[in-house]
Amino acid sequence: MWVTRRYRFPAAHVLAHPSFTPDENRRIYGKCANPAGHGHNYGIEVTVTGPLDPRSGRIIDPEQLDAIFERFVAARFGHRMLNADPAFAQRVPTAENLAQVIHAELAPAIERAGTARLARVRVVETRRNSFVYGEME
Amino acid sequence: MVRLTRAIEFSSSLCYARPELSAEENARLFGRQASQHGHNYRLEVTLRGEPDPVTGMVIDLKHLQELLEREIMARFDHRDLNRDTDFFEKDPPTPENLGRVIERLLLAALPAGCLDRIRLQQDEDLWVDLIEPLA
Repeated sequence: MWVTRRYRFPAAHVLAHPSFTPDENRRIYGKCANPAGHGHNYGIEVTVTGPLDPRSGRIIDPEQLDAIFERFVAARFGHRMLNADPAFAQRVPTAENLAQVIHAELAPAIERAGTARLARVRVVETRRNSFVYGEME
Repeated sequence: MVRLTRAIEFSSSLCYARPELSAEENARLFGRQASQHGHNYRLEVTLRGEPDPVTGMVIDLKHLQELLEREIMARFDHRDLNRDTDFFEKDPPTPENLGRVIERLLLAALPAGCLDRIRLQQDEDLWVDLIEPLA
């Protein structure tokens, strides 16, 4: 069984690799390379799995997961420029990379909190684009 | 193999409580979930199988809807999960536990091997998935 909780935060980014010229970045990333930036209402779906605690009837306490997400993800990336975060100093803040960074931040925190483990992270960048890192089956 | 999904929605009231605990202990264990509240649940039922060579259908959706009305809607829609069913006398109706009850009801009512998965959404921001292993 898998439990999924959905979160949201707005953030800005520029898709541009520091080692490419502005022309190369425009060719690769198109309008997403606008140096002034642009932003999204990110939707983040966090899926965990693990044994069902017989007493609480839960795999994870959603309020505990909310606190972990707030501390490790929302407070760090919400209402921020993603490119300014150290995680994106060397890599472009695409939604693919964001999904992996969020997965790497959440996985150890969820494991420390109890018996659940992180299965996957889905980043819904716009209503038309979404990205999944991790497995559910 | 083809998978098909049918969704239903039902509204129920509930509270989390363990009978062996006092009201204060339940409130400490379950927080605000220990108070009576309610949800608009959404249940997505996915079946798998080979389409019948004549009808082209894995299952007649009319029959599936009747089964869902009988097994799920009649039990849970506009009902109280604690008072109107006997599934949660010991265990709280968390999405995990309600998902397991629904899985058990559907496995018993459907032809063997055709339930693929269910997704039970408590609201837009919290849901459980239960996936049946392939035989």
